[in-house]
Amino acid sequence: MSEQLYRENILDHSRHPRNKGEIDDPTATYQDTNPLCGDEVRMDVRIEGDAVAEIKFSGRGCAISQASASMLTEMVAGQSLEQVKAISREDILDELGVPISPARMKCAMLGLKVLKSAIYGVPQDDDTL
Amino acid sequence: MATTIPAPTTLGASIRRDFPILQQENERGQRLSFLDSAASSQKPQVVIDAVSSYYAEENANIHRGVYTLSERATARYEEARQEVASFINAASPKECIFTRNTTEAINLVAQSWGRANVRNGDLIVITEMDHHSNIVPWQLLAEAVGAEIAAVGISDDGRLDLESLNRLLAREPKVVAFPHVSNALGTVNPAAEIIRRAKQAGATVLVDSAQGTPHLPVDVRALGADFLAFSGHKVLAPMGSGVLWGRLDLLQAMPPFLGGGGMIRKVEIGRSTWADVPARFEAGTPAVGDAVGLGAALRYLTRLDMAAVSAHEEALTRYALERLAELPGVTVFGPPAGEDHAGVISFTVEEIHPHDVASVLNGENVAVRAGHHCCQPLMARLGVVATTRASFSVYSDRDDVDRLAEAIMKAQRIFAA
Repeated sequence: MSEQLYRENILDHSRHPRNKGEIDDPTATYQDTNPLCGDEVRMDVRIEGDAVAEIKFSGRGCAISQASASMLTEMVAGQSLEQVKAISREDILDELGVPISPARMKCAMLGLKVLKSAIYGVPQDDDTL
Repeated sequence: MATTIPAPTTLGASIRRDFPILQQENERGQRLSFLDSAASSQKPQVVIDAVSSYYAEENANIHRGVYTLSERATARYEEARQEVASFINAASPKECIFTRNTTEAINLVAQSWGRANVRNGDLIVITEMDHHSNIVPWQLLAEAVGAEIAAVGISDDGRLDLESLNRLLAREPKVVAFPHVSNALGTVNPAAEIIRRAKQAGATVLVDSAQGTPHLPVDVRALGADFLAFSGHKVLAPMGSGVLWGRLDLLQAMPPFLGGGGMIRKVEIGRSTWADVPARFEAGTPAVGDAVGLGAALRYLTRLDMAAVSAHEEALTRYALERLAELPGVTVFGPPAGEDHAGVISFTVEEIHPHDVASVLNGENVAVRAGHHCCQPLMARLGVVATTRASFSVYSDRDDVDRLAEAIMKAQRIFAA
């Protein structure tokens, strides 16, 4: 079971997070925490025209939340804002590729919640991602 | 006593069969090691049977039903209250109020006794190791009446700093509320000594015994407190059962907490008068079946003998602390093994988030809790965001501890790979 959850891609993103850091003058930024575990994720986005020109995430927390945020930054690099807005919970779960239990769903979705909150400019609700 | 009491070291394994839920295995055939009893304990068959037979044979609303079933239900409910009184050595069952849980019991005191007695500028003393349920109710009171809240500090090994207590007592607080046993660290606080000092300073004292009553023999008369709260569901009883014990003279002087049926003497459209205690504090239809289950749970624990339970958990905690100390990268919080460390162990594993530790353990059918344990001020004091917590009950045994240690090593292997 735990072998299933902590597969190599999760551990790899957790140990070697992609696009980790902050952008000096981001077009959009948002930070949120998962009150359950105290996971923190911040997303900084530089938008050029209608597309994501640069994205960085920072934060700390469990392997699931940090790996999910790291994967998300790779997914959206160069995408249009419309494409980013269309990313669903299922897309994130597909990308993670491991079974996420209800108790860990908030960890898995924190990155997406933060990114959408940054893009929309208003906090997004977990249930409507 | 002529009763046969299992030796403390065998309490866990020998009574495990009394708990049907512990008989299950996961899909890999691993037994369940339930190490989250501080959150809620499992229930022995005798408790499940007591609730079941209450509903199958005796259920009716209590009081004023002029028929046999209602009289029997009322009798079962009041017998359960008597069981509670005996279990904590209360002077009278009238001093024992049924609540849903410890949280409701503390809110009852803060809102009823608190609003009648705590004034603008008064000091309310709590501690840095309190559960949110012994913090937030006092904050609500403080905000309503303009009182101040201060917290007794703790030492780095998770013990209450009694010098800090003394400094706060010198300011003559109106109320001192503290945890009998820390739910996050397992620290057994010197309750009788704290109560003695607080009473000497003129304070009214509440003991949050949510984690004390499951682990230790409790004698409210020996302790000398004014109020003591505990949850039934942590002492092998159904969820929805809890108790507030209070000194009778204090309870009798207190206004109601919730209004409604069952708590009144006479109701007119414009005003009402209140029933005597404990009915005054039990508005509406109570959780009779849960109370009956609580009575059965306390009889079961009495048969095991709380002194033996306490010795069993202390021995198991000592063993667990030894096992965890052997694991490199594992940091344990709270006092070292001994009489003041009850069966709750909080730890972190280097480089692995507590939730990831808990998820790997879950994969091995070892159930633990991870997070702030409703103790955010304590976590801040310890300088951690969260910990993983293993906690024991009467059915826990050395095999559970071994499986915990092995699962932690497995987490370390997965994350080191």
